Amino acid sequence: MMVKKVHGSWFIVCGFIFLLATNCYAQPVSSTELISSAKAYDGKTVAYAGEVIGDVMVRGEYAWANINDGQNAIGVWMGKALAANISYSGSYKSKGDLVEIVGVFHRACPEHGGDLDIHAQGIRKMSNGKQVTEKLNLSKRNMSLVLLGVLCLVLILRQLKQA
Amino acid sequence: MILKPSPQDLKNIGYYLGKIILGLGLMMFIPVIFGIALGEINPALDFLIGLEITLIFGLVLSKLCFTEEDLSWMQGMIVVSLSWLAATLLGAIPLYLSGHWSSYLDTCFDAMSGFATTGLTLVQDLDHLSLTHNLWRHLIMFIGGQGIVIVALSFFVKGASGAFKMYVGEARDERILPNVVHTSRFIWLVSITYLILGTLALGTIGVFEGMKPLNAFFHGACVFMAAFDTGGFAPQSQNILYYHSLPFEAVTIVIMLLGAINFKLHYHIWMGNRKEILKNIETRALFVAIMATFLVVALGLNQKGVYAGAIALFRKGFYQLVSGHTGTGFMTIYAQQFISDWNHLALVGVIIAMGLGGAVCSTTGAIKMLRIGTVFKALLEDIKRIILPDKAIVVKKMHHIKDIFLEDKQARAALLITLAYLCLYGLGALIGMWFGYPFLESLFESTSAAGNVGLSCGITAVTMPAALKLTYIFQMWAGRLEFMSVFTLIGFLVSVFRGR
Repeated sequence: MMVKKVHGSWFIVCGFIFLLATNCYAQPVSSTELISSAKAYDGKTVAYAGEVIGDVMVRGEYAWANINDGQNAIGVWMGKALAANISYSGSYKSKGDLVEIVGVFHRACPEHGGDLDIHAQGIRKMSNGKQVTEKLNLSKRNMSLVLLGVLCLVLILRQLKQA
Repeated sequence: MILKPSPQDLKNIGYYLGKIILGLGLMMFIPVIFGIALGEINPALDFLIGLEITLIFGLVLSKLCFTEEDLSWMQGMIVVSLSWLAATLLGAIPLYLSGHWSSYLDTCFDAMSGFATTGLTLVQDLDHLSLTHNLWRHLIMFIGGQGIVIVALSFFVKGASGAFKMYVGEARDERILPNVVHTSRFIWLVSITYLILGTLALGTIGVFEGMKPLNAFFHGACVFMAAFDTGGFAPQSQNILYYHSLPFEAVTIVIMLLGAINFKLHYHIWMGNRKEILKNIETRALFVAIMATFLVVALGLNQKGVYAGAIALFRKGFYQLVSGHTGTGFMTIYAQQFISDWNHLALVGVIIAMGLGGAVCSTTGAIKMLRIGTVFKALLEDIKRIILPDKAIVVKKMHHIKDIFLEDKQARAALLITLAYLCLYGLGALIGMWFGYPFLESLFESTSAAGNVGLSCGITAVTMPAALKLTYIFQMWAGRLEFMSVFTLIGFLVSVFRGR
């Protein structure tokens, strides 16, 4: 009875590990690590996480998304269907989606003219991006008004002196 | 005996400096209007503050120093060198207010890099910078590429005979038209015509490559300004790699080469004299130099074997090489890859290309092709003199717009400037090594800064020592002005303190 219980527990643990290995993402590698140790990662499947920035550029059945992990941005080549998961990309007016991708890293991709890139196999959205609403910076506004006053004063004094 | 400058010297310098600062201030209206139109209010305020400070400074200076006297050669040179420093300090204000630079020194570094069309940058989180600030980063390249003084000459300094002295001080010793103001306006005409065509071409490619139309044309305009003025800034942190596009790279190569051509040659091509491009010593020298340095780079990259196919090797090797040779600094690789993926031979090929530069009276930096051609011809002449009998008369001609008989004084002038550039490259490399960077990397970054190129192998970073940032700022300034006005300013400062 006891032996059966132990075997059952091992079976559950092994099954859990198998699920982790197949469905979950490995620890993401930083862009600096990928660029500086590109030779070591070349052709290997890596996990990479960061914010989608700029345009998601659709090219036929595929798309380019540039993902910035706070150190560098790396181009990620993915199927159009995977790119459809991206709702926001980062710019001055928006914070891009935070995503984690798993894909094959290329030090000098032969398909893309030697670019350092990742060909994504899967994408997971970690958090949604959002529009950033700009609040008027009052100190900047006040400073510009004061300087406008000084500028007008200088112009008036110039005119008076000329007259 | 060194003579102390007279009050009238200071008045003349102050008056013309004030006029040029006013010109710069008025240019800041463009980002203010752009920011308001896009609803980027805080960035628009940054530029309004910058504009007001610049105008106040310019108005006060031109009023306090008002004079009707003409500029002397010495004063003209000093006005030019001070204008570039003033433009850097004042043009950096709106950038600093954005909060994307960690210190005012870093902002000044980028402002000088922009005005001098270098392209080295210390900006942080560029991917979230406002379009207004991004426009200014590229606009200062457009202004600096044509010449800060050219802006003032075109619009403010009407018919002043001192104009030519400032024009020469800005490293443009060739007049395209008899009148220097007309020359300045022609330079603007060429640049704006190409700006429209280049923006349309790059914007259309951007749309076809999947960018949103507004973004595509904004990027098109920015990238054009940086390419034609051989600057090297780009709106995104990945530089040209961001686009992952062969057509985009091909068009930028054409624009970079157009920017590296002498404006005088542009004038002759516009006037229908297309054969000049084949006969001109500068274009011939540029072609030979690009091919020779590319051979070195290709051999190096082939040895290293990172790029598997010929297309990848060409796209990476030739693009970085043309970018370096024309003094642009666009990159389709990461800075660290120069060290990790390129071998020393390929790096040396790029360093030589960066050190040579494009044509005189263009927007490029570095030694420049006319001087290389002149030195080469002079060397051939001397070899012939040795080989031929003593009584033989050796006459050497070269073709630059017209046939020119090569004289010793031309060869001497070309050699002196070449030597000054080599010293500047070496000086920066020595200082880099003093801070602990390896020799080749120090030489690469130093040549890039002094040649106003902008390619980086990773030394240029926020964390680099402040003294090295100042060294590169000095190199960018002296390299862009081709030394004479900088030397004149140094001499003037000596005379202020030590003169009688």
